[in-house]
Amino acid sequence: MSQIFGEFIEDFPLEHESLELSFTSSSRPIEERWRNNRLSAYFIANYFSTFLPIDENPDRREDRIEATRNSVSYVGNELLENAMKFNEENNPNKVKFGIHFLEEFEKVTAVIFTENSITTQKAREFQAFIRELLDADPNELYVQQIEKTAESEDSEASGLGLLTAINDYSAKLGWKFEFDPSHPQIVTVTTMAQVVV
Amino acid sequence: MANQEVKGDDYQVEYEPASSTVYFKGDITLGSPKDYVPIVKLLDQAANSDPDTLTLNVKELAFLNSSGISMLSKFVLGMKKKKGTQLVVLGGKKVPWQGKSLKNLERLLPGLKLVVE
Repeated sequence: MSQIFGEFIEDFPLEHESLELSFTSSSRPIEERWRNNRLSAYFIANYFSTFLPIDENPDRREDRIEATRNSVSYVGNELLENAMKFNEENNPNKVKFGIHFLEEFEKVTAVIFTENSITTQKAREFQAFIRELLDADPNELYVQQIEKTAESEDSEASGLGLLTAINDYSAKLGWKFEFDPSHPQIVTVTTMAQVVV
Repeated sequence: MANQEVKGDDYQVEYEPASSTVYFKGDITLGSPKDYVPIVKLLDQAANSDPDTLTLNVKELAFLNSSGISMLSKFVLGMKKKKGTQLVVLGGKKVPWQGKSLKNLERLLPGLKLVVE
């Protein structure tokens, strides 16, 4: 059984470039693995930019590659940080992270995704946040979230990674929650961000 | 007063009291608000010296995650109370994220001077 929120692609063209990495998240403390989030995000961004159509003007090509690497690495890092942070460690499933290269006519889209496991309780909370995110004006929600946590030093505005992906990178977000009857306590969440580059 | 800095493997944040400027360099993607506390303390120290102008120079900051954006946003919002200090954020056009995300800071503090050059 599965449930979809937002804009989620389930079927990709048979022939397209894609890459998927998987992480065994329980082997070391999260702090020791943290830097790998950014390095992996840079890696998928570099992988992706290889397939950008060649522009005859070399300066424009350089700018496009730089802008693409920036967008993919930022959004990718945010998705992977979330997947690692919220992953339920007490299960054998790996955290997955990857990217699809989609090209339609002149439009190139980076489809960045993560897959991780969470408890059913966390899934309910997350779905409530997703509904709020999809209904709200994301610019206003950004200011609200900052103001909400302004007075405390050790809390951070929640959902800011997803909000900045929407506001600053025009990302279209989607989620798939998969329930496995043989493991009723665990839900697999796939988060997907589509960024036109 | 001598310069003070917070340094990690891939980044450096340096406060230069003589020019009331805080320089951010490298990639900052710390994991949680508690990891950002040393940087927040450095920023607070700079703000508490009540300079006429406080400059945050992020031109060489290549990467900042949303936890870092959250930290910077909260600091900028807190500067509303410091009416005597003009906050300037100095960014670079060559770093694509700055053109995209720094404008959010203006919404939090309308008097902020944002220069992306």
